[in-house]
Amino acid sequence: MREVAIVAAGMTPFGELWEMSLRRLFAEAALEAITMAGVDHLDAIYVGNMSGGCFVGQEHLGPLMADQIGMAGVPSTRVESACASGGIALRTAFFEVASGASDLVLASGVEKMNDGADATNVLATAADQELEVYHGITFPGLYAMIARAHMEAYGTTEEDLSWVSVKNHRHGALNPKAQFPLEFTLEQVMNSTPVAEPLRLLHCSPVSDGAAAVLLCPLDQAKKYTDQPIKILGTGQATSAMALADRKDPTFLDSVQLSAERAYTMAGVGPDDIDVAEVHDCFAISEICCIEALGLVERSQAARAAASGLTALGGRIPVNTSGGLKAKGHPVGATGIAQIIEIYEQLRGESGRRQVQGARLGLAQNMGGSGASSVVHILERI
Amino acid sequence: MPSPRYWREVPSRLRLEAARCSGCGKVNYPPRPICPGCRGKESEPVTLSKTATIITSTVIHIAPDDFLFEAPYAIAIVETPEGARFMAQVVECDPSSVGPGMDVSLEFRLIRKEARSGILCYGFKAVPTASWEAQS
Ligand SMILES: CC(C)(COP(=O)(O)OP(=O)(O)OC[C@H]1O[C@@H](n2cnc3c(N)ncnc32)[C@H](O)[C@@H]1OP(=O)(O)O)[C@@H](O)C(=O)NCCC(=O)NCCS
Ligand SMILES: [Zn+2]
Repeated sequence: MREVAIVAAGMTPFGELWEMSLRRLFAEAALEAITMAGVDHLDAIYVGNMSGGCFVGQEHLGPLMADQIGMAGVPSTRVESACASGGIALRTAFFEVASGASDLVLASGVEKMNDGADATNVLATAADQELEVYHGITFPGLYAMIARAHMEAYGTTEEDLSWVSVKNHRHGALNPKAQFPLEFTLEQVMNSTPVAEPLRLLHCSPVSDGAAAVLLCPLDQAKKYTDQPIKILGTGQATSAMALADRKDPTFLDSVQLSAERAYTMAGVGPDDIDVAEVHDCFAISEICCIEALGLVERSQAARAAASGLTALGGRIPVNTSGGLKAKGHPVGATGIAQIIEIYEQLRGESGRRQVQGARLGLAQNMGGSGASSVVHILERI
Repeated sequence: MPSPRYWREVPSRLRLEAARCSGCGKVNYPPRPICPGCRGKESEPVTLSKTATIITSTVIHIAPDDFLFEAPYAIAIVETPEGARFMAQVVECDPSSVGPGMDVSLEFRLIRKEARSGILCYGFKAVPTASWEAQS
């Protein structure tokens, strides 16, 4: 396999973007990346998207999006894996370049969640329709069940959950592209309205519009496009049982651990080598479960990691410097690529007030459903 | 929900029919062609008991459209004595009293109504047992 680099990135702000359609969001992010690299052609396009069909009644996004950026004719494929669609679009693009089949591939993600559809219903299509959704569960509800099981097993508290949100909003306040770039106090989080007990509004990622795109090429061609390419050192993907009830331990995200092991092995590094990480904090409890499954923090420290500052900017392993899904926003199909862009910028030293000094190795973990799919990428400054 | 889709699930959803894997003994609910535990293909039918214990739970405040007027409601993952785990609403109690470890009985109930002219959809809901309530 050839070595692969990211040479350009583009991203819209995340938020309720009423003036922007699904296609406009994609075009803005894609054209920013293409312009940055100064390329006039692409060999392939991958579009991560969870549910154009349910959110805005639009499927067949491959050709639609290629056409929108003047690239009709180029092979273009939509990749779907619920909230992990973006991360898996990147992985697919990575293999296309690594295999030698293509030299210039755009990996993107886009979601338009605010266009009138009932987001709660649409998001629930990523859970098991017959066994879970039938009975009235929601996505916040599934993670609430994980949270309650975690509290029961490990003594995790509502305050621990709330610290994750406080930390990520502190980070997000420094991110001009974040949907909610503002800080909240512990009290505000703990007194916000209940969504699915024990999760409250300020433990949940919001409903967002947005798009993100990165350009991949073989590492040995990267200097044509940028002075500072970032290498994709490892990729790993895994699945788990779809229904939460079918997992042996509802508190443990086994797909996250498995995808991480695969990425670490491919990269030849371990969790202790990581300088900065973006993890899938769709709900406060997910960050706690993910940092543990990724091996970034020991199980005994995971619940208190945000409160103790371990995972805050300036801490031993800063997690979600972008503000995470919580503060930056979570346009589901775009999230995996947006995480990659945060790591890409961190490794290039472009993160301004969010910069982790000297960051050389970064990790991004993107998850679908209640953890039925997970994808991990490890990036390296070279 | 189109009625063929509903009808297909009748044996498991309305009659609690499951399958015990002949290879590893795992009870799979609903039955599948292959056991997710050991990939065995042989199994014998079992009907689940109508009692269970709550593994974990939540109280839904922001509900999907079809359940809007029921919120807040408790919903849980329950485990039957056969070891089958699945999701069910927990009713006839204060939703905030529901939590892991609680013993429940499973009762045949209306689960949802499909839109204005759709079919009525049934299944099982969990009700805390009298002995559990006496204990607490
Ligand atoms: C939590 C949730 C249910 C809240 O939705 P809602 O009750 O419809 O909230 P509203 O849109 O009415 O917003 C109420 C207020 O809170 C703000 N708000 C909404 N979601 C917020 C969030 N997650 N964080 C911070 N503020 C939020 C809104 O801006 C609004 O503020 P305003 O009154 O000042 O305008 C919704 O954001 C949600 O479903 N999140 C989870 C998304 C999800 O499941 N993603 C997939 C994960 S795998
Ligand atoms: Zn078996």
